[in-house]
Amino acid sequence: MTFKLPELPYAYDALQPYMSAETLQFHHDKHHQAYVDNGNKLIVGSGLEGKSIEDICVAAFAGKNAGLVNNIGQHYNHTHFWNWMKPNGGGKTLPGRLERLTDEYGGFDKMRADFLNAGATQFGSGWAWLAIRDGKLEVTKTPNGENPLMHGSQPILGVDVWEHSYYIDYRNARPKYLEAWFDHLVNWEYVDQMMG
Amino acid sequence: MLALDRRMFVRSVGAVAVLGLAAGRLSGDVAAQAAPVKGPFTLPPLPYDPAALEPHIDATTMGLHHGKHHAAYVNNLNAAIADKPEISSLPLEVLLAKLKDVPESVRTTVRNNAGGHANHSMFWQIMGKPGGPGPEGDLKAALDRDFSSLATLQEQFNTMGGKVFGSGWVFVTVDKGGNLALEARPNQDTPLMDGKRVLIGNDVWEHAYYLKYQNKRADYLKAWWSVVNWTAVGDRYAAATSGKLAI
Repeated sequence: MTFKLPELPYAYDALQPYMSAETLQFHHDKHHQAYVDNGNKLIVGSGLEGKSIEDICVAAFAGKNAGLVNNIGQHYNHTHFWNWMKPNGGGKTLPGRLERLTDEYGGFDKMRADFLNAGATQFGSGWAWLAIRDGKLEVTKTPNGENPLMHGSQPILGVDVWEHSYYIDYRNARPKYLEAWFDHLVNWEYVDQMMG
Repeated sequence: MLALDRRMFVRSVGAVAVLGLAAGRLSGDVAAQAAPVKGPFTLPPLPYDPAALEPHIDATTMGLHHGKHHAAYVNNLNAAIADKPEISSLPLEVLLAKLKDVPESVRTTVRNNAGGHANHSMFWQIMGKPGGPGPEGDLKAALDRDFSSLATLQEQFNTMGGKVFGSGWVFVTVDKGGNLALEARPNQDTPLMDGKRVLIGNDVWEHAYYLKYQNKRADYLKAWWSVVNWTAVGDRYAAATSGKLAI
């Protein structure tokens, strides 16, 4: 089985003005495609052929296979990233299960602030996450192509803080990108689906 | 207003206006930010106009890279060591070589931002207007000895830079005997952290090239050699072999 680049679930310009068509074209067509291509090459002979992408993430990290961690990790991350966004997303109305976990966590405002801070303070390339660990919500961050699966929790929302995700639109202003992304693009229904 | 909107506007009014507007926006944003944190470290001025490296590195990228990214490293470093007199008087290269002695509460911040300050201070210095002379004298002899030729070094350097996954740098280090070696480091790490000296280094963080090259890092790596100032690199080589090169 080889991995394939999924189609974007909306038009390239659907997320404007918060994320430009130009950014999405490069990000999806070039960056994500490269992760798929490199991941497919690196998986040959790794002993992980035919496993699920989630299992590969976990096994590659445990086995310190940096190439697979980064490229298959990025394939997983980006496949969900496109779905974690939608036009007219964001807002403070959360699906029921997530609302309960968020209340336990300390409320929407605390969750939002912690998530944005995780994204702003991930030094260099990486991601910020909402994840579920032992039935509780956690906010976390990971470098490069890593994700919470590799660290023992279930990702339910992730934002890409590699500069390629925002540099065309926001330049060095990563916090502005994070705020716009969280407040206007997040697809909370898909977050709910990720909770299983 | 989003940068995106400004950018689309900028495109519509033409290339000459781009420089003026970009520069205006930069100075405005800098003024709007918190005042620089007082401290021992300062942002060195660019030793040339931001447009000097065109067409290989564009003026907008240079303005942001120096005026925003490098400035932030300096500011964050000064803030991190403000109440740490035991480390705030150390020269930058000493601070980086002694990270294990830095209080744990600020060690990662110092590592990232002192590294960023050192790497970028070196980076501006070794670049210049395209079309200058190539390596000469002792430097050329060392390049030929350790890499067989400049072309071979460039090929190996570019390959190594292409393999850095995520943010980082690729360097040529130089020891007191004048021996050269290649190495890559993640994020803002630097060979200075191991007490080594850097002859040259290229920044492969996406902010160094994304506006002009987007995902095509290999094209950026190749083009970058056109703006290496070999006269400045020769001076660094001479300083390194006489034990005087700091950062």
